[in-house]
Amino acid sequence: SLEELVIRPLHSGDIYTSFQFRTLWETDFTRENKVSHYRLFPKSLGQVISKFSVRELHISFTQGYWRTMQWGQPYLPSPPGAELWVWFQDSLTDVDGTWKELTNVLSGIFCASLNFIDSTNTVQPSASFKPLGIGNVTDHQIVCTENLTPWKKLLPCGSKAGLAVLLKSEKLFHSSFHSQAVHIRPVCKDDQCKTTSWELRQTLNVVFDLHNSGQGKNEWSLFKMFSRTLTEACPVASSSKIYIDITDNSQGEQFELSPATPLLSQAVVLGDRRTFSVYDLTQQITFGTICNVLKLPVTYSAHAGDMLRPLLHAERYVAGYGLQTGEIHTLMYNNHPYRSFPVLLLDSVPWYLRLYIHTLTVTSKGKDNKPSYIHYQPSKDRVRPHLLEMLVQLPPNSVTEVTLQFERALLKWTEYTPDPNHGFYVGSSVISSLVPSIVAMDTNNSRERPLFSSFFPSKEESSYFVRVYTEPLLVNLPTPDFSMPYNVICLTCTVVAVGYGSLYNLLTRSFQIEEPSPGLAKRIANIIRKMRGVPPL
Amino acid sequence: MAAPLTLLLLVAVTVRAALFRSSLSELISERVEVVSPLTAWKRVIEGLALLDLGVSPYSGDVFHETPLTIYLFHFLVDYAEVTFMLADVITAVALYMAVKDYNKQVFRKQKFALEADRYPLDCLELIRSPKEMYYIPLKVAMFYLLNPFTILSCVAKSTCGLNNAIIALFILSTIKGNVLLSAIFLSLATYQSIYPLTLCAPALLYLMQRQYIPVNFRRASFWWFIVQYAFMYLGSLFVIICLSFFLLGSWDYLPSVYGFILSVPDLTPNIGLFWYFFAEMFEHFRLFFLCVFQINVFFYTIPLSIKLKEHPVFLIFMQLAVISIFKSYPTVGDISLYMAFLPVWSHLHRFLRNIFLVSCVLLACSALFPVLWHLWIYAGSANSNFYYAITLLFNVAQILLVSDYFYAFLRREHHLTYGLYLKRKDGSEATLVLK
Repeated sequence: SLEELVIRPLHSGDIYTSFQFRTLWETDFTRENKVSHYRLFPKSLGQVISKFSVRELHISFTQGYWRTMQWGQPYLPSPPGAELWVWFQDSLTDVDGTWKELTNVLSGIFCASLNFIDSTNTVQPSASFKPLGIGNVTDHQIVCTENLTPWKKLLPCGSKAGLAVLLKSEKLFHSSFHSQAVHIRPVCKDDQCKTTSWELRQTLNVVFDLHNSGQGKNEWSLFKMFSRTLTEACPVASSSKIYIDITDNSQGEQFELSPATPLLSQAVVLGDRRTFSVYDLTQQITFGTICNVLKLPVTYSAHAGDMLRPLLHAERYVAGYGLQTGEIHTLMYNNHPYRSFPVLLLDSVPWYLRLYIHTLTVTSKGKDNKPSYIHYQPSKDRVRPHLLEMLVQLPPNSVTEVTLQFERALLKWTEYTPDPNHGFYVGSSVISSLVPSIVAMDTNNSRERPLFSSFFPSKEESSYFVRVYTEPLLVNLPTPDFSMPYNVICLTCTVVAVGYGSLYNLLTRSFQIEEPSPGLAKRIANIIRKMRGVPPL
Repeated sequence: MAAPLTLLLLVAVTVRAALFRSSLSELISERVEVVSPLTAWKRVIEGLALLDLGVSPYSGDVFHETPLTIYLFHFLVDYAEVTFMLADVITAVALYMAVKDYNKQVFRKQKFALEADRYPLDCLELIRSPKEMYYIPLKVAMFYLLNPFTILSCVAKSTCGLNNAIIALFILSTIKGNVLLSAIFLSLATYQSIYPLTLCAPALLYLMQRQYIPVNFRRASFWWFIVQYAFMYLGSLFVIICLSFFLLGSWDYLPSVYGFILSVPDLTPNIGLFWYFFAEMFEHFRLFFLCVFQINVFFYTIPLSIKLKEHPVFLIFMQLAVISIFKSYPTVGDISLYMAFLPVWSHLHRFLRNIFLVSCVLLACSALFPVLWHLWIYAGSANSNFYYAITLLFNVAQILLVSDYFYAFLRREHHLTYGLYLKRKDGSEATLVLK
């Protein structure tokens, strides 16, 4: 297995650390024999793959929102909250039932409430996520230590040796952005792809806030960030490295590393050629001296203008006022100076925001920009959400705005969350694109490369795959009065009864002349006379 | 009488055209009192857009119109305003002609009864004269066209206007005595929304009366006529439903249109009683109360038919009112249709008891609906209970109005049989009560 830690100082002064752990499992499910030889691959996940005929699985838990404009592109994008994408084998027939069982099992493995995933927030996109699979985004899962511990348990060395020793929850969760993910997919062992093996990747991306944890000083060390030090390498790891991104520090003017290391490596990551200082943990000599202090000068953030602007960037917000209607605006920025490229926008909106597709407008630079492909699946109340996929060509150096009107529905009183005035979350929209690259991408997949640069394989040299997630939206719905069910039933039934009563009286009674009733004395006298047999008064 | 009618039509069309051109039309077409999920124009456009995208309009839950409506607006979407104004004009003219014919028959029946000395001597002041009945058809057309509810409904392009036109044509063909057309229009009206099915009973009673078939269960001619009418009705309904199937090639529209009307899944606020009731319903009882409320609409047909078998046109009025009040997604367009009939019963004014209270409440509620909606949805200072209270009050006022007219009608019939000035046993003036 391989493990890596990449540390990248960001222009805003924050530190971006990314852990990647990879385990390969040589086995072949297509032969239908019972597999029990797991070696380093976690048994729980292996059983999940074989029982549910899973071909690919991606699950991520994220807290916080990735600020693309300040931090650049992440190595692995993930939306806020929890997201689960699964591709099933072609031989699977009952997809819906398997999906439900799978979400329940995964919520047990990861101690996360994934069992709230049901048909009302699951979509099957046709193009955005290839190969065709079932996906789901649920939002606002607060990622906490219960999610980290089961994630750590899946690592081959657990949290006892190697880089996983640094994963201590207090420091990790005290950060601006925290995302842990598990990706399982089959990979080819060689160029001809005659045999496949299963690859399990676990990634943990954290962005530490300078002001929050730096205590004012401008020195970072592994101990200060994680409050742990590395003790020994993981014995089962074939490679265990720490990469520090020193591209912006070529002359040593921004920061200096201590202890310095002669090992340097270059890799093309996200369309950019970056230089890294490498510390190899499998070599014994590094451990003696690894206090690993980065000294950062105070004026660091003033040079933020040199950062490479991300070529693709997106924002989303809700416009409108009142609780009846609203508009979703998605802004997509193409920052490339002269190239335009197409993006695939995937939007999954819950059913209680009724979208009106005839109000969809896409404008770039003030002019109408008609999407070349639209796939829209309208929602069915309480069954499935809206699914909108569009292929939009973004002109160079422009902002494209997509607007869509919706109407807010009144739900049954039992369908509201316990705090209904907080609002309802709408999942992030996903924008996927092949962005033109300035630096030639490496298309040779079989060569050994650092993990963080090889997640999305590049098919061609001039572009790389980018996926951007927008912010989740918080939308208020009109609420009924929750204290009133009995009162409402009584009052409405009263009105119906008024109608029934009036019509009943008029239908069953007839007009008669009213004779005044005699006084009490006369009535008693009449009763006595009747008993005597004498005619009444 | 053609000239005043033409003038009225011109005025009505002008008012509507002026409002179409103004900025109010956008505002009005969003009002929940005027449009419902069944009749909103925005949803018709959405359905046509879905059709253009290659998706069936019934695959989602936004579009609930019948396939024939899609077919109609596929060609007429650019002339929508003219279509709705024309629908209003057709309704008014149909009601005008129907009421004129009905008045003639009322007067003729009255003449026969007078000659047969069937009225007591002191109730001659209840007898209607042609002079007082002369302007009633014009008043009916005016009540329909110049009713603010109708104007709002037309400007919002709510398809309720089309439904009203079909029902008005049904009433015209029934009163003229044309059995086939009456059955065809009734099946169209039922196809559009299920509730006009209850108008079958008054149509049957009227046509039998006109053809001098006695309404008696033991007579063969009675059953034979019912079989004929039912055959024509069911036949045209079958043809229309099959046409709708062939239009889009699937039966998807049945749950989307009729399942929607009957099971009320969409709880968008409106002026009816269903939305808040089912928003606050305990899940356990939802199906039970749904059945109760839906049966409630159809329930009054048989008792009313038995009581009013001599007066089928009043029965039509009562049925239309019951449908408008108790249907699942009412709008002000439905109300304006039965209110158009009120001038026909203007001779009952001396027996109405609550008319002042009812009209004040209706006016006040109509004014308060937009105010409390704004306070709930936009200002956030009121909550849904305020709007719900006005809904309740509005429906109580409508119920009182209808039952008041029913009382006055029955009372007049009683006086026509027993005399107007009734005396008690001791000779003093009597009071009539319902016992």
